[in-house]
Amino acid sequence: MNAFSLRRVGLALLAPAIAVVVSVIVTTIVIAAVGSSPGDFWSAMFSNPLPRIRVNVVNQTAMIYTSAVAAAIGFRMGLFNIGLEGQYLMASFAAASFAGAAYVGGFLNVGLSLLIAIAVGAAWAGIAGILRTTRGVSEVISTIMLNAIALTLVGYLVDRYGVHEGNTVRTTKIAAGDMVKGFTPYQARDGQVWALAIIAVLVGVGFWVLLNKTRFGFDLRASGQSESAALASGVNPKRMILVSMMLSGGVAGLIWMPALFGSAGSYGTSFQFGLGFLGIAVALLGRNSPIGMLFGAVLFAYLSAQSNTLTFSTDISPSIVQITQGVAVLAVVISYEVVRRWRARLEQRVVSRELAGAMGATA
Amino acid sequence: MTQQPAAVELRGIGKRFPGVIANHDVDLSIRPGTVHALIGENGAGKSTLMKILYGVQKPDDGTIVINGGEIELKSPTDAIEAGVGMVFQHFMLADNLTVLENMVLGAEKLHGIGDDARAEIRRISDRFGFDLDPDVLVERLGVAARQRLEIAKVLYRGARIIILDEPTAVLVPQEVDALFDNLRELRDAGNSVLFISHKLDEVLAIADDITVMRRGTTVGTADPKSATKRQLAELMVGSELPSPETAESTVTDVVQLTLDDVTLTDEFGRNLLSDISLKIRRGEVLGIAGVEGNGQSELVETIMGMRIPSSGRITLGETDVTHWHTRKLRESGIGYIPEDRHRHGLLLDSPLWENRMLGHQTQPPNAKGPWINRSGARKDTSRIVADYDVRAPGIDTPARALSGGNQQKLIVGREMSGDPVLLIASHPTRGVDVGAQAAIWGHIKRARKEGLAVLLISADLDELIGLSDTIQVVLRGRFVGTFEPSAVTPQDLGAAMTGGEAA
Amino acid sequence: MSTTTKTPATPSLLERLTKGWFYLALLGIAVVSLVRIVTDTNDLDSAGTIRAAIIATCPILMAALGGLWAERAGVVNIGLEGQMILGTWGAAFFTYHYGPWIGILGAALLGLIGGLMHAVATVTFGVDHIVSGVAINLIGAGAATYLAEAVFSDYNGGGPRQLVGLDPPTNITIPGISDWSLDLADKHWFFVSDIASVVAALTTRISSLSVVVFALVALSAFLLWRTSFGLRLRSCGENPQAAETLGVNVIRYKYIAVLISGALAGIGGGFLALVSSSGYSANQTGGRGYIGLAAMIFGNWRPSGLLAGALTFGYTDSLRLRDADAVHALLLLVALGLLVLAVLRLVRKQVEGAIVMGVAGAAILAWFLFTDSVPREFTVMTPYVTTLFVLALGAQRLRMPAADGKPYRKGSAG
Repeated sequence: MNAFSLRRVGLALLAPAIAVVVSVIVTTIVIAAVGSSPGDFWSAMFSNPLPRIRVNVVNQTAMIYTSAVAAAIGFRMGLFNIGLEGQYLMASFAAASFAGAAYVGGFLNVGLSLLIAIAVGAAWAGIAGILRTTRGVSEVISTIMLNAIALTLVGYLVDRYGVHEGNTVRTTKIAAGDMVKGFTPYQARDGQVWALAIIAVLVGVGFWVLLNKTRFGFDLRASGQSESAALASGVNPKRMILVSMMLSGGVAGLIWMPALFGSAGSYGTSFQFGLGFLGIAVALLGRNSPIGMLFGAVLFAYLSAQSNTLTFSTDISPSIVQITQGVAVLAVVISYEVVRRWRARLEQRVVSRELAGAMGATA
Repeated sequence: MTQQPAAVELRGIGKRFPGVIANHDVDLSIRPGTVHALIGENGAGKSTLMKILYGVQKPDDGTIVINGGEIELKSPTDAIEAGVGMVFQHFMLADNLTVLENMVLGAEKLHGIGDDARAEIRRISDRFGFDLDPDVLVERLGVAARQRLEIAKVLYRGARIIILDEPTAVLVPQEVDALFDNLRELRDAGNSVLFISHKLDEVLAIADDITVMRRGTTVGTADPKSATKRQLAELMVGSELPSPETAESTVTDVVQLTLDDVTLTDEFGRNLLSDISLKIRRGEVLGIAGVEGNGQSELVETIMGMRIPSSGRITLGETDVTHWHTRKLRESGIGYIPEDRHRHGLLLDSPLWENRMLGHQTQPPNAKGPWINRSGARKDTSRIVADYDVRAPGIDTPARALSGGNQQKLIVGREMSGDPVLLIASHPTRGVDVGAQAAIWGHIKRARKEGLAVLLISADLDELIGLSDTIQVVLRGRFVGTFEPSAVTPQDLGAAMTGGEAA
Repeated sequence: MSTTTKTPATPSLLERLTKGWFYLALLGIAVVSLVRIVTDTNDLDSAGTIRAAIIATCPILMAALGGLWAERAGVVNIGLEGQMILGTWGAAFFTYHYGPWIGILGAALLGLIGGLMHAVATVTFGVDHIVSGVAINLIGAGAATYLAEAVFSDYNGGGPRQLVGLDPPTNITIPGISDWSLDLADKHWFFVSDIASVVAALTTRISSLSVVVFALVALSAFLLWRTSFGLRLRSCGENPQAAETLGVNVIRYKYIAVLISGALAGIGGGFLALVSSSGYSANQTGGRGYIGLAAMIFGNWRPSGLLAGALTFGYTDSLRLRDADAVHALLLLVALGLLVLAVLRLVRKQVEGAIVMGVAGAAILAWFLFTDSVPREFTVMTPYVTTLFVLALGAQRLRMPAADGKPYRKGSAG
């Protein structure tokens, strides 16, 4: 039994290991191909990160991880919520507008803003959910469309109702007293670890509990594994699709909240695009498991943050890590498939041997 | 005796898949110009063997000899070249393409994809009375027409050896007769036909030779002129047929399930079920007999709340449950053994203890409020594994790793847990070994004695007759006859099932 | 007894519409002309607008056509966006060194590499198509950004995020017809001038690459529907198991389809870099790969349909860069269109659809009547909102290849 589970763990780790090796090789080849030095690259990437970068890694990890959990909620039941990008954009804008308007003060303002972010994210995802359950529209297409609509809609709203400053436009700044700053681990110039990064921890733990400890989580996993079996077991598939789509969107709404209340203070040029797609990538990388995604989020955050040092010490552009990230995702999904097939063949050989043995004995 | 070499000769064929040996030591010889029947139970390895003969799968051992020459079939292309054609059990047609497109696909070199091909299709269609229009979309064809198209496809490619895998499973009796006429014509035109079935009447009606398969290997041959159904059946099962006979009646007066004029309509307005009425009392087993596809699945899904009837009433005990959803029905004590355990009954990649929860995830011992009760579920899984003799390394083993019989025993154990008031058992012993079959029969009988009401759907008429207190025959979504098991033979049931004799 | 129903393959609504395509186009032009005159916005269909619309259409059309090839063989390719981005870089790089036509081939090559990755992942290894597509979009965007920074920075006219001053493929003007039709178009007569605008746009400084793009659509339609190669390829998208049992090498056809798909998307990217603008710039595609996918779905997985879809999206895309009044006039056009569709549905007794469309049409009409301008952002949204509407109202009537997006493994037949 022990050896059995040891081997299972080994096989589970095999796929990510292959993926890391492949993405290292591809990255090295690409760097060498354009005439730069891979050695410089790797030594810069593996150098001891500066305090500023360490802070940055923590903050980015929190946001990427929240996004990954949002994606995983969908993936776990076989839904592709490609629309995280639009959901957290809408939610961030709504929350920033509300918080900036200062209808209430202090923690109440923060709390209500977070709730609004969740509600708006859930509602925007809910559109795709309703289209899927009532009209049979694939959520992949509808969420892609909703991403584009969100982008232009928010662009319009902030332009129309926002504060113009020279060439830029943003929502009203949140009052300094309503910000949730965080703590300063190093010196002031190295920045702060945002207090609301704690959202990622809560979301991660919540996801794990939901998935493994609740009836809803069981229904969710059952639906993801076998829609037909879930239906026969009493799951209402339409309700399940809508609820998990909205849950996914609600979590997505929280993605940028640490940054909003930690440093940005308004929706504007400081808004960070692309966290939704990074979250999807990390969810794939971490196989939708709360722990796996944590490793993935740290890896991605580290690659992005540490790559900034490349501009000082090498002639290599930091955007090389985007290739590394993309290749890692593709490599990990492929190698999981390869390992799965390899395991099936292994099992086949073992079973055939046993059966052949049993037959020899009876004959 | 035969001077001519056999059309097909298989020697020592073997094939293994993850977890099963599908074929081993298969020997088969087909005389040219004959209809040869290959019979065996579901899961005996017939379909795998046919895929090997058609080059879809490569055998691990053995040799294939066609018209006297040994041949290696790497793909269907090789088989087609050797003159072998195959009509699959699940039709291999693209709905969104026309008859012509389906026909010429892969054989474009023969007559092109235009008017020459159209003319050739018409010629074949007229020659054998197939009645096929080349320019109709396949999605508009009925089942029988699709099958004729499949046969025509084979002929279009010039095949002389035609394999038909369970061709009658989806046909109504008249269509079966028409098919047999086609097959005789094909034979008389000098083709060899390999006919795969587990329906003995049909085999005796059409075959010139019979080979029997059991548990992945060929176990004997028979002459249709002298063989009886009983002999063939015993060859297929490998022993005296186990008899599921029940002891004395345990039927009570308490009605557990009532259906009043239940009608179910599909989205095109066709009736899938028409005016179904039935009553099952506590301690009673009601058997449903019928050719597959006559509304059995729909009946089960309607009772289980997976479909909502368009009219009529379903009552469980005293309660009207017509519009209830599956979960609520399950919570009120309905156990459900689905006909396709892989699709509806199990989460194949989940451990056994999670599979024990499936369908009962809201009930004790699996749940406490909104929470899962992991230890409760695990403890109860161990109980089921012990009580129902589920052979598994442990309750953390994924369900996929179990054999069909053990998977089914787990499902039966699960559905009998928690004191159900009604059990819906759809083909409870399909594809399981004889040992598991006897065990499952035992469990149903015991539960019946304890007052369980059971709805039993089965294609195995002996099983139906042996276990049921009453048998209803369903034909095209309608009940067409009621039988007393003590006074009925499989032949009577068979006649009623095909509309030969409505009681 | 026969269960064969002898109805011929009835064409879908869309097919019937595209068969009467010519008349429909004429009718459309008449309506546009009417709206133009009523609202007095000549820019609604001036030769300049139509020319811009064609330029905006071509990249979307290439992406849509790429999507068609892949999905007809049963592979969903949402990696089009990434393949397109690779194409923009490839076009810039190869044009800089070898001129525009080699540049286009370079764009196709880079797109093809993106397609190859998708084919390896989905066809050989059976990875989920959406998952692989998402990964390829990440890789495509990352690779183009990195390669541009690494390579273009040292070029003339280049920088880390751009490369300008590239030679475009030649423009074609047909001397006589061009001048004559331009004159006629400027008269602003009802109907005649509108036709003249179209002719003028097609004969005046039209990019030779646009001609290639439209030729590729026609060529694809021919290859996919009139040859045995196309039949085999489509059979892989409808029922690969059946195709396998008939000796079709499904894996090979899927590979061919996905490679062509990537190459076409790459050409679409090349068009963006060489014709739509005068060079490469970072993130040039702006989601056009996705719009192409939408145009393909909108067009019911058919060449004529996706052409109509791409033209619609291209037109709205181009209009936002032109006269603001034209955008406002577009509202009237959309309102009329919706009301016509509503009546059509009512005639066919599809009450639900008729009500939805009628209400939407009336709302837009009211919007037109009570406002003087439309925010530009709303035009940008149009293709996406339209797609959602089409899917919501017509998803049941859309017919995607039956085995689209499903993993296939050799030996799974039977």
